[in-house]
Amino acid sequence: MMMHNLISLTVWTPIIAGILVLLVGSGKNGGSSNGCSSTGCSFSECLARYVALIGSIISFIFSAIIFFKFDPAVSGIQFEEYHPWIENLHINYHMGVDGIAMPFLLLNNFITVLVILAGWRVIKYKVALYNSMFLIMTGFMSGVFGALDAILFYVFFEAMLIPMYLIIGVWGSSNRVYAAIKFFLYTLLGSLLMLVALIYLYYASNNSFEIFAYYHTPLKMVAQILIFIAFFFSFAVKVPMWPVHTWLPDAHPEAPTGGSIVLAAITLKIGGYGFLRFILPIVPDASRYLSGVMVTLSLIAIVYIGLVAIVQKDMKKLVAYSSISHMGFVTLGCFLFVGPLLNMWGLEGAIVQMISHGFVAAAMFMCIGVMYDRVHSRNIVDYGGVVTKMPIFAAFFMLFAMANSGLPGTSGFVGEFMVIMGAMQTNFVYAFLAGLALILGAAFSLWMYKRVIFGEITNSHVAEMKDVNGFEFVVLTLLAISVIWMGVYPDIFVAKMQVGVRDLIIQVSNSKLGG
Amino acid sequence: MMDMTTMNMNLITAIPEIFMAVMIVFMLLLDAFIDESKKSVNTILTILTLIGGYILQLIVFVPTQISMAFNGMFVLDGLAEGMKLFVYVFSIVVVLYIRQYINDKKFMKGEFYAIFLFAILGMQVMISANNLLILYIGLELFSLALIGLVALNRDSIRSTEAAMKYFILSALASGILLYGISFIFGATNELQLDAVFRSIYAANGQNSGMLVFGLVFIVAGLVFKLGLVPFHMWVPDVYEGASLPATTLIGTVSEIAGVVFIIRFLVGGLVLLSKEWAVMLSVVAFLSVFLGNIVAISQTNIKRLLGYSAIAHMGFIAFGLMTVSVNGISAVLFYVVSYVITALAGFGVLLALSEGGFECEKIEDLSGLSKSHPIYAGIMLLVMFSLAGIPPLVGFYAKFTILSALIEAGYIKSAVFAVIMALIGAFYYLRVVKVMYFDEKDIELRAANTGVISRGVLVVNGGLLLLIGIMPGNLMRFCSYLLTS
Repeated sequence: MMMHNLISLTVWTPIIAGILVLLVGSGKNGGSSNGCSSTGCSFSECLARYVALIGSIISFIFSAIIFFKFDPAVSGIQFEEYHPWIENLHINYHMGVDGIAMPFLLLNNFITVLVILAGWRVIKYKVALYNSMFLIMTGFMSGVFGALDAILFYVFFEAMLIPMYLIIGVWGSSNRVYAAIKFFLYTLLGSLLMLVALIYLYYASNNSFEIFAYYHTPLKMVAQILIFIAFFFSFAVKVPMWPVHTWLPDAHPEAPTGGSIVLAAITLKIGGYGFLRFILPIVPDASRYLSGVMVTLSLIAIVYIGLVAIVQKDMKKLVAYSSISHMGFVTLGCFLFVGPLLNMWGLEGAIVQMISHGFVAAAMFMCIGVMYDRVHSRNIVDYGGVVTKMPIFAAFFMLFAMANSGLPGTSGFVGEFMVIMGAMQTNFVYAFLAGLALILGAAFSLWMYKRVIFGEITNSHVAEMKDVNGFEFVVLTLLAISVIWMGVYPDIFVAKMQVGVRDLIIQVSNSKLGG
Repeated sequence: MMDMTTMNMNLITAIPEIFMAVMIVFMLLLDAFIDESKKSVNTILTILTLIGGYILQLIVFVPTQISMAFNGMFVLDGLAEGMKLFVYVFSIVVVLYIRQYINDKKFMKGEFYAIFLFAILGMQVMISANNLLILYIGLELFSLALIGLVALNRDSIRSTEAAMKYFILSALASGILLYGISFIFGATNELQLDAVFRSIYAANGQNSGMLVFGLVFIVAGLVFKLGLVPFHMWVPDVYEGASLPATTLIGTVSEIAGVVFIIRFLVGGLVLLSKEWAVMLSVVAFLSVFLGNIVAISQTNIKRLLGYSAIAHMGFIAFGLMTVSVNGISAVLFYVVSYVITALAGFGVLLALSEGGFECEKIEDLSGLSKSHPIYAGIMLLVMFSLAGIPPLVGFYAKFTILSALIEAGYIKSAVFAVIMALIGAFYYLRVVKVMYFDEKDIELRAANTGVISRGVLVVNGGLLLLIGIMPGNLMRFCSYLLTS
């Protein structure tokens, strides 16, 4: 019985838990005598935290069950659920995962547990709202990865803007209002155009909102290109790709640590996932036709944004730019064609890169958050000599900085290496330019690390820093294990997605022009 | 002249309206004899009248049958029945929301509620009208009553100015409408809608110049009542100038009557001329969605902002009407019902925050609301995101069905234009959320003591935005059922 509803359970558990958190935590503020002594907050806030943690752990367990029960040998959709939803518009509650979507479901729920833990001591303002917004957003994002009905997908896709808007706007730093509104409008522009494309496809596919029905809908080249552009706007903004990336460096620094983690680890992945789920299979001919453009944009992101990252003074901005550069590998890997065939290395590399970046970016933002909570500055110049005060932290940060620059043995290496391999098969110049990113990655990550962690203690704030506390240690350890595991034994993910990737390549190789 | 004996009065069909008219007269008389301390009886009587109307409306309707009264001048079909029931329910909600404000402000209670009921009566007549003159009578009854409600706040210069402006422009629009009707009458020699339709069909293209000429005036008159560009001038001023209770009525329930009016008249009666009026409506729709959304950005008064937002939303409705398809029209019905539910919750929050004669109308008045009144802030958040059309709120499906109808009819460019304008619209809705959640204020806004029932209804109303957003199927089915029955 439960096996059939696993995806729904993964989606709705955090949402219901989030509503519960809002209800139990809306008591009056102020430290009452029976509050938990360790954090000095009221009883209701404390209860809210525990409900949030339990909710996130339960949904993580559900997603882990999906991960382990997933049969890697079977092609197509598993854990399928199908119920009519809005019958007169032919919209169904259709859920299920294939090998491409499934790893993201796990990643998403894993990161949420970390975010709830990371905010345990740090967040003291509107605690219940904070935790509930993250839980609700996790549910929506799981819905995005699980939805097989286009409108169901769209509802989750756009609904997650609401909690993210509040997270940036309420708990962000000085320029939060600007960042929140920019984030919201930017992403809304993309998604509204996608909505028009989805409705167009509904009529083109004889009144169906099933995503898989779109896969078999013949489309003329002009229509394909227009649909490509509409989808491109919505997913490229999310990724974000080079010309439409400008919201990210504004949103990240202003968001609270948890917001940055979720933004970098999951929200950006939804863009990459959209390329794999919508653009490539629905408009394969336009994808082939425009693959040169996409590769160029990706390479610009990798090289140019990598250079931009080096000169950043703000640590969070630096990691934000490095995220754009790393996500350039994802879009590069998605659009490597050899003749009519998509490149298997590139595609698998793109997915591995997304998951790896989920861990690494989360870890980088977590590290910066740990320092920010102590010094209240994100500027590199305000630091120096942190290692003498926080040796354990410095060790963790070293590992993540290495992973961020793509050191072999960490997860950062695997994805980038696979994409470069794929690029080599397509065009040597692509591979050469993409390879530059490994150098740039080392430059921006390690140079920042050197300035922040090593050297003399520059000011009194750094001198007063204390090493990581229990919660931070748990979070950083979990992330470190993930990063190394992905670096040493990526097969645990790759094996699960292989059949899904092969199906996608076959799907993309069929032209839809003939009808 | 027609022989009285052959006239088919069939008064039963119109019993709810007759009941309301009797009750209004009774209330006016009663008001003269009761003293100030017992005026709250008027509120109760108003609610009872509306509930009575609702029940009678349920009783007189025979499903799958079109009943006529007054020799076919007054019709009760599925569309009329469904929309009238909505009007009754929404009116009861409005009364619950405005009750405390009226008490605090010491408006002349008896008169206020009597005029309020006259406006509702006018809407019901308009919804049921099957004859151009009945249509006109209903429209005038409802417009004049609204002007009365605006003017009732007589100590306020702004309200008086708004009432004056509304009156003059409304009278002009009525004149234009009547002029257009006279052309239709001249061309077809009929006033009954179905007869007009038959006559145009039989004429087979003759007299079409005269018909189109009349049509221009009729569309102009109708578009004025809905507040679409370029006949929108009164909307922001009246929304801002009128007291909150009057704005609530104008901004919510009265939109329904206007839309049903257009559906019955243009789509039902003049469908043969649809090519002509669809072009006019498309121009109006483009301008309204554009101007409403752009100008709303710079507003600081939330009532005025909702006025411009109403213009933009009516523009969306005009987009739906111009498709002239069953899907488009049922999308329009769904849109207007969901818009009214959303706007009601928004005005409900503003009214609940207007304590002791204070009027919560500046956007800054809402700052820090998430801290002082988290539940009201939450409802307002849902309202704003619903108006912006973000799923999973009801406003998304409203926009979605309209877009779907537009694309089905081949208006893809219009659909793209509409979504870009919706994006611009999202900005000012976000700003309201920003003020409530991101800003802080030292002085906390005091909430009015609106009573348990009103507060409960407001919470349910806010919850409905989410609930219909998650399960929109039933309301959609109901709207398309109203059209087909």
